[in-house]
Amino acid sequence: MAEIIEMPKLSDTMTVGTLVSWLKKEGDEVASGDMICEVETDKATMEVECFADGVLLKHYVAEGGEIPVGSPMCAVGEKGEEPPAVDTGAIADKAEELKKEESEEEDSEEKPAEKPEEAPTQSAPAQPSGGAKPEPQGRKQEFIPEEDDSEPAPAQAEGGRIKVSPLARKLAEEKGIPLSAISPSGPHGRIVKKDVLKAIEEGVKAPAPKTAKSDAPAASSAPAQYVPSGAPIAEDGPIKVTNMRKAIATRLVESKTTIPHFYLEVEVDAAPLLELRAEINHHLSNRAPEEGGIKLTVNDFILKAATEALRRVPAVNASWMGDSIQQHGSVHMAFGVAVPDGLVTPVIRDAHAKTLRQISIDTKELIQKSRNKKLTPQDMSGSTFTVTNLGMYGTSGFYGIINPPNAAILSVGATIKKPVVDKDGNLAVGQRMAIGLSCDHRVIDGATGAEFLQALQSILESPALMLV
Amino acid sequence: MAQITYRQAINDALAEEVERDENVVVMGEEVAQFDGAYKVTEGLLKRFGPKRIVDTPISEAGFIGMGIGAAMMGIRPVMELMFWSFSYVAFDQLCNNAAAVRYMSGGLINCPIVVRGPANGGTNVGATHSHTPENIVANHPGIKVVCPATAYDAKGLMKTAIRDNDPVFVMENTILYNDKWEVPEEEYLVPLGKANILREGKDLSIIAHGRAAITSLRAAEELKAKHDIDVEVLDLRSIRPLDEDAVIETVKKTNNVLLVEENKPFCGVGAQLTYLIQERAFDYLDAPIKRISSIDAPQIYCKKLEDTQIPNVERVVKKVLEMA
Repeated sequence: MAEIIEMPKLSDTMTVGTLVSWLKKEGDEVASGDMICEVETDKATMEVECFADGVLLKHYVAEGGEIPVGSPMCAVGEKGEEPPAVDTGAIADKAEELKKEESEEEDSEEKPAEKPEEAPTQSAPAQPSGGAKPEPQGRKQEFIPEEDDSEPAPAQAEGGRIKVSPLARKLAEEKGIPLSAISPSGPHGRIVKKDVLKAIEEGVKAPAPKTAKSDAPAASSAPAQYVPSGAPIAEDGPIKVTNMRKAIATRLVESKTTIPHFYLEVEVDAAPLLELRAEINHHLSNRAPEEGGIKLTVNDFILKAATEALRRVPAVNASWMGDSIQQHGSVHMAFGVAVPDGLVTPVIRDAHAKTLRQISIDTKELIQKSRNKKLTPQDMSGSTFTVTNLGMYGTSGFYGIINPPNAAILSVGATIKKPVVDKDGNLAVGQRMAIGLSCDHRVIDGATGAEFLQALQSILESPALMLV
Repeated sequence: MAQITYRQAINDALAEEVERDENVVVMGEEVAQFDGAYKVTEGLLKRFGPKRIVDTPISEAGFIGMGIGAAMMGIRPVMELMFWSFSYVAFDQLCNNAAAVRYMSGGLINCPIVVRGPANGGTNVGATHSHTPENIVANHPGIKVVCPATAYDAKGLMKTAIRDNDPVFVMENTILYNDKWEVPEEEYLVPLGKANILREGKDLSIIAHGRAAITSLRAAEELKAKHDIDVEVLDLRSIRPLDEDAVIETVKKTNNVLLVEENKPFCGVGAQLTYLIQERAFDYLDAPIKRISSIDAPQIYCKKLEDTQIPNVERVVKKVLEMA
């Protein structure tokens, strides 16, 4: 007797899941515990486990299809068995209906008007329909003489995949340099170590526009070269919104419109921190991971410092509960991670009880999981405070939107060399880091926030305090 | 320090060990009266007599089997194969018996045999005399395999091999027999399983063993002189046990790897190293691992062609330039 496997409820708020990909084909043998498919929820993309043994008889939903929680996804039974009949049309209709309800809810909160988004999203296919695509074609023609297969291609060329050596990838990740901003010089358009070092030297930090490559040999950067033709920079048209993007939109609108934000800022002398980091890394980063080798990032220090500052000013580690304030006894430290289709905030649990090394290890693991879309809802829930860091992009300072139910979010900008007056009254070159704090005024008053920032500043400027 | 040949270094090692331990005997075809097919055992018969330096009939399966039996009874035989290619007729003895006896006796019986002789092509003796079977025998757990590249290592490794309680196969190289290297007067041992950096460098690592290590060393010197490329040459010395840490160290240092070996490529030592490096040092690689081995064909008889079949300085230099 065939068993039907239904869409599980993978997060508290999930009503519909998008089937991203089938990991088992029809006819494949499956066993209890095997991963059968990947499902995108409003929070993350997760693998779904099979709980039956046998042969996967039928997929009721194609890849990309949407399935309401509890509706059949596939059938598992004995080889050759007839799969149970399922009204796939009804599943799709129900998913449609649920999606509509969801978006109506969102709309009614935002604006009582019609829902103009729905029509274009539905009717506009991803590709512009029919007709010529005059613009890209025109561009191509201009470059025909230079498009030579034998030339090394730019890193981005092949189907959007960036060719990069394992070492270069690791280096770029450590330095926070997006691969798209690095000009490749290796064979077959591969980014190698020296390209990353060159990018670091040139101070590449943010994703550079394609024109930044103009210093590379013309042939190797041909397709990405700037064309002064006045052509549009991208194709017109709507971009389909992922569930994650929707969740971000809903949550942040709610946060910014219901929480009375106020903002504080402080400029920190980052020189001692950078010095300590360099010294620790000098001793630790040459060792193998199993021998305790690790490379600490500036962000690791900030997460640790923020945790210690919360220990000194615990009033900031709290949540507004409507008629009371919930004081949190533990620090569960969230931090923002940019992923290709949005932003996630994984949580370092019990950060107050962890060493700098452990925080660094946890952070690296969570970043890895974020990039591989392997974060579980547990990894992302229960935070008491959040840190967001755009320093690696060179942003000098900013204020994040509070990540509810936190009462504050710490925004970290780049460390910038600038003139400062030193303690003897002389002008000197200082390493300054701009730090912003967005606070929920219902929970935190100005003085409390300022006290927290003062604590944070003193820890960051005497970073050895983090080690004790 | 005196310079002596690779051949003399092995001769010295054998003499010293026969002298030191009364259980050590040297056996093989023509090792006694004829002083060895390649004159490695020169003078030993005269010095130690026919009980310790023993000529055997032309029957590898027979005399290797005898050596293994003797080793199981407490003798420490050093068996010469005129060519390692002739080991193929003794494979049952080498790989079924010598390799497994300790395991199959539950650790009760050791087999402290050394099997030695030249393993290489390049002497224009055709396909059946030119095998480099270190990868094949190293596949059998229980056997230790060493491939000395210098006279210093040839002596030090041979002495360690003779004192080891497991079967150790020493693969020498006829082309290297006349190479001279500095070797200390006083006694020394070279441990099994410890690789040696023949040349320090920072741009690229060549990992090699046996004669390929010497070829790589010469290529590295040419690359530095003519192209200012600073190549590190790691000589494995021992294929099994393999000095994995030294391999990983050099990869981490230079981020680029060229493997050079006289093995045939298919399932060669380089294949094992490639797996090891990608497993333990993937994140340190800046380019795909490249390999030079003997060209994948039966060994060529014609001298000019055989010279191109085996890794030579020219091939190594060319490959490094492609990678740089």
